[in-house]
Amino acid sequence: MIVELGHYALVLALALAIVQSVLPIWGVAASDRSLMRVAGPAAGGQFLFAGLAFAALTWAHVVSDFSVTNVFENSHSTKPMIYKISGVWGNHEGSMLLWVAILALFGALVAWFGRNLPATLRANVLGVQAWVAVAFYLFVLLTSNPFARFGQAPMEGRDLNPLLQDPGLAIHPPLLYLGYVGFSIAFSFAAAALIEGRIDAAWARWVRPWTLAAWVFLTLGIAMGSYWAYYELGWGGWWFWDPVENASLMPWLAGTALLHSAIVMEKRDALKIWTILLAILTFSLSLLGTFLVRSGVLTSVHAFASDPTRGVFILVILVAFVGGSLAIFAARANTLTKGGLFAPVSREGALVFNNLFLTAATAAVFIGTLYPLLLEATTGGKISVGAPFFEMTFGPLMVPLLLVVPIGPFLAWKRGDLLAVAQRLAVVFALAILAVLVTWWLKRGGPVLAPVGVGIAIWLMLGALAEIGFRIKLFAEPLGVSLRRAVGLPGSTWGTMLAHFGVGVMLLGIVAESAWKVESILVMKPGETVRVDRFDLTYEGPQQVRGPNFDETIARFAVVEDGRRILTLEPSKRIFRTRTMPTTETAIATRDLFSQLYLSVGDARDDGGVAMRIYWKPMVLLIWIGCLFMAIGGTVSLTDRRLRVGAPTPRKTAAAAIALPEAAE
Amino acid sequence: MRPFVSLRAALLGFALALALVPAAHAVKPDEMLADPGLEARARDLSAELRCLVCQNQSIDDSDAPLARDLRLLVRERIQAGDSNNQVMDYLVARYGEFVLLRPRFEAQTAILWGLPFVVLLGGGAYLAVAMRRRERARAEAPLSAAERARLDEILKSDV
Repeated sequence: MIVELGHYALVLALALAIVQSVLPIWGVAASDRSLMRVAGPAAGGQFLFAGLAFAALTWAHVVSDFSVTNVFENSHSTKPMIYKISGVWGNHEGSMLLWVAILALFGALVAWFGRNLPATLRANVLGVQAWVAVAFYLFVLLTSNPFARFGQAPMEGRDLNPLLQDPGLAIHPPLLYLGYVGFSIAFSFAAAALIEGRIDAAWARWVRPWTLAAWVFLTLGIAMGSYWAYYELGWGGWWFWDPVENASLMPWLAGTALLHSAIVMEKRDALKIWTILLAILTFSLSLLGTFLVRSGVLTSVHAFASDPTRGVFILVILVAFVGGSLAIFAARANTLTKGGLFAPVSREGALVFNNLFLTAATAAVFIGTLYPLLLEATTGGKISVGAPFFEMTFGPLMVPLLLVVPIGPFLAWKRGDLLAVAQRLAVVFALAILAVLVTWWLKRGGPVLAPVGVGIAIWLMLGALAEIGFRIKLFAEPLGVSLRRAVGLPGSTWGTMLAHFGVGVMLLGIVAESAWKVESILVMKPGETVRVDRFDLTYEGPQQVRGPNFDETIARFAVVEDGRRILTLEPSKRIFRTRTMPTTETAIATRDLFSQLYLSVGDARDDGGVAMRIYWKPMVLLIWIGCLFMAIGGTVSLTDRRLRVGAPTPRKTAAAAIALPEAAE
Repeated sequence: MRPFVSLRAALLGFALALALVPAAHAVKPDEMLADPGLEARARDLSAELRCLVCQNQSIDDSDAPLARDLRLLVRERIQAGDSNNQVMDYLVARYGEFVLLRPRFEAQTAILWGLPFVVLLGGGAYLAVAMRRRERARAEAPLSAAERARLDEILKSDV
C-alpha cells in the first residue's frame, strides 16, 4: 500500500509541476500577480510529494518488500541496513527518483529563499524549473518506474551489486546529484533572464550562491567517487578518464568557469551574455552526463540502439532543453546590454583568462568522451579515446591556468598593474623556484617534470596565502591590527584563498603520487618478505572469515619499519554469496600524515602463493584533501553576507556595502 | 569473462544492467620481463593500448584473458627488438586503430585533436579583437553635448 501511495505521490508531484510550469509564466505575461504567486506553493507541494515518493521507495527497501521489482533486483534480507538504504539509489530507477526528488528540493528552496526576488523573476525561474521537473517526472513514470510490482513476491532478493556495498558509494550519488541538479537553478535563472530580456548585477548575486552550493556538492561528490575508486577497485588508480567520470567532470569545469564569470558580472556588470551562456552550458553538461550514464550508450552504441526507450527519452529531453535554451539565447542575447569595460590586464582580464582555459579544457573532455560515439554512429569507424589522450590535451591546458591563479586576486578591477603584482609575488615566486630546485636535488633521476609540478603547487599554495597576507597587512602593521583586518575580510575572500590553496594541495598530491609511487607486483607465499620503499612486508598467511552476506579470505601482512613491527595489514577478497561475485578489499595504512601503504590481494594459487599488488603512494591523500579545501572554500564563500539570498537588507545599501572594501584598497 | 565496467557503473551510483566483474589484478608477476628497462617500456606501452573486449580499460589494467594475450604479445615484440613505434604499428596492423587509447592524428580524428585548441585559439582571437574594437570605440566616441556641458561645469567649479 505504501508503495502505491509513493507511486501516486509521484503522479501528484507531476501534476503540480505541470501547473507550476504554466501558470506563473502566464502570470508574468498577463501581469497577473495571483497567477505568479502559484509558483511558490506549487514548488513546495512538489517537493512534499516527490519526497513522499522517495520515502515510500526507501521504506520498501528497508523492510525488504521483494514484491517490488526494484527491491527484488537490488536488495537482500541479510544486507546491512546502511546498504538497504543506499540501495534505493544504487540502481537506475531509484537513482532517477533521487534525481527528481533533489530537483524538487532545489525548487522548494528557491521558492523559500527567493521571497525577496522580484516577483516576475521568481515566477519565471520557478516556471522554468518546473519544465525540467515535468520532463524528468515523465521520464521516471513512463520509462523507469521504481514502484512496479510482481504478481507473486519472490522469497529473497538478488542483492545489491557488491561494489556498491561500501560507505563511500552510499553517499557519493546523493552528493553528485546535489551538484548536477543544483546547476538547474543557474539554468532556470538564465532562462528566466532571457525570457524577461533583462539582466543586471543583482542577477549574478542571486545566482551565485546556488551555483556555489551546487559546485561544492559536485566537488565533494567527484572527490568521494575518486577516493572510492582508489580503495575499492584495488588497482591503485584514482582517476581513469572513464566516460562516467568525465560526465561529472564536464559540469564541474563549466561550473567552475561560471562561478568566476559570475563574479565579474556581479562586481563590474560585464560578461553578462557569456555568463548566461555558461549557466546554460553547465546544466546542459549535467543533462548530457545523465544521458551518457542512463541511456546505456556508453556500453555500446548498439546496446543503445537495441533498447532505446530510456535513451531516446533522455536524448529528447536533452535536445529540447539545450536546443530550446540556446535558441532563446540566440534570439534574446542581443537585447541584453553590454557591460563595463576593462583592460586586458585586470581582475576581469584574469577571470576571462580562467574562463577561456576552463572552456577549452571542458571542450577537450567533451570531445574525448563523445567523439568515439559520434564517429561510430556516423561512419561506423571505431576508435578509442582513453587516459593518454586526456593527459596530452587536458594537462597542457591546465598549466597556464594554474600559473595565473595566484596572480588574479592581486590584480585591481578595470586596470591592473602587473609590475606591482610581480613585486608582491616575488617572494612567493622565489620560494616556488626554490621548491623546484630542492625537489630536483632530492629526487635526482626521477621524472623530469615532477619538480616543476611541485613548484607550481607551491606557487598556488603560497600565492593564496600571500593574498590574505597582503590584505591584512601582515608584518606591515602590528599583529593585532592584522588580526582585526583578518576577521573583517569578507567570506568570499577567505573562500577564494581556501579554494585556490586547495588546488595547490591537490596538485602536489597528484604530482607526488604519479611521479614517486613505488609499485611491487609479485606472488608471495606465507612467510615471505618483500621490501617496498622503507617497509618490509611479511605475508603471514590466509584466514577465512564469514561476513553478513559474504565470505572473505584475508591475507595477513606484518609491516616492519626500521626493524620495528608497526602494524598488521589485512587486505582481503570477498565473495558475495547471492551474486557469487568477488570484490577486492584493499588494506591501506596512512604514514607521514599523507602517504599511504596500499595492499591489494589478487588470485590465490594452488601452491599456496597469492598474487599481490603493493604500493607506496607518497602524499596521495593530498589529492582529496585538496578537494576538501576547495569545498570548504566554496562553503565559506557562501557565508559571505552579500550572498545571503534571504538577507533582509535592501538591495541599494547592500550594493554600497560591497563597494566599500574595494574602495578601501 | 565479462569486461570490467564497474567504474562507469558505480560512479554514478548504479550498477544494474551491466554485469560487473571487479578487477583482481592486471599485470601478473609471471608475465613480467626480467630486464627492468624492457619491462618498464612494456608497462608504458600497455597503458596506451586498449583491452579490446573491455570498457575503456588499458591492457595494463584489465583482467580479461585477451588483455593478458596482448600484454604477452607486447613483451614478445619488445624482446624481439622492436622499437615502441614498431610494437604499436604491429598491434594496429593486427587489431586496427581501436586498440590505441590515444588515437593517431589523421583525417578521422582531426576534430578530436583539434577542437580543444580551436576553442582556445578561437576564443583568444575573438577576445583580442573584441577588446581592441571596444578600446577604439571608447577612444573615438565623442562627448555628447550634455557631457561637454558637464565637463565645462566641473572644470570651472574646480578652479
